[in-house]
Amino acid sequence: MLEIGLGHYLTVAAILFTLGLFGIFLNRKNVIIILMSVELMLLAVNINMVAFSTHLNDLVGQIFTMFILTVAAAEAAIGLAILVVYYRNRGSIEVEDINVMKG
Amino acid sequence: MIIQALAFYMFAFVAVGAGVLVIASRNPVHSVLFLILAFFNSAGLFVLMGAEFLAMILVIVYVGAVAVLFLFVVMMLDINFVELRRGVLQYLPIGALVGLMLLAELVVVLGSWVVVPEAASLAAVPILPLDQVTNTEAIGLVIYTDYIYLFQASGLVLLVAMVGAIVLTLRNRPGVRRQNISDQLARKPGEAIEMVKVTTGNGI
Repeated sequence: MLEIGLGHYLTVAAILFTLGLFGIFLNRKNVIIILMSVELMLLAVNINMVAFSTHLNDLVGQIFTMFILTVAAAEAAIGLAILVVYYRNRGSIEVEDINVMKG
Repeated sequence: MIIQALAFYMFAFVAVGAGVLVIASRNPVHSVLFLILAFFNSAGLFVLMGAEFLAMILVIVYVGAVAVLFLFVVMMLDINFVELRRGVLQYLPIGALVGLMLLAELVVVLGSWVVVPEAASLAAVPILPLDQVTNTEAIGLVIYTDYIYLFQASGLVLLVAMVGAIVLTLRNRPGVRRQNISDQLARKPGEAIEMVKVTTGNGI
């Protein structure tokens, strides 16, 4: 219990990942919270990468965590830009209204 | 050892609690603030694991850039968030079911996880002891040599994201009077001044 090992960090990451998934289900209407949940899931993945990196004594995990951070930042920027444009066009961000492309 | 355990449990519980409040808050501004708290505590976990450079990057990139971006967007859009919260309980059972199933699967997978003994010798870039090279220096030594192409590609991803975000949100609103410097410089006296013959006793 007091010896903090790989399993502890993996447990925290698993709980955070599940919370992110749960948030997507719970806030089906609010795109902003869904984007935040995706960020939470990416954070959980990063914790996993760093935990394995330090446990296996391999630096590559930390380098790839940096790349994941880059992609997450780009994804947040583009996602929020799309959200702003969508709000300008439709005046709402409800997921259920986003069905313009539905046949 | 006990201090490390205490720090781990503090960071872990606050991170998980903040994660719960991110998805459960009524007000999205509170959600963003709890997201920042979760990122701060994850940075603490990174420091505990010995990845201090990534911890600082997490604070700078996420708290300094991404979370503030979220905050701006939440405050900029005029949305009735109470309306968006309606019908949340409708999705609670299926969400809880899927979430619990995923958590159970993760526990089953990770609980039976065994690292083979020779895994440590397979490391592509072994982490040297901290008294020889610091974490930041070790990452720098690798990222600019072995992973230079990936590093450049990630820079390109950020450039594309920046250009994309600007292109998406830039708009030309009609009816807005702006200074147009090339128009000003291209003006000639002939088109700027008009000579009017005023007859006596009348206005122009």
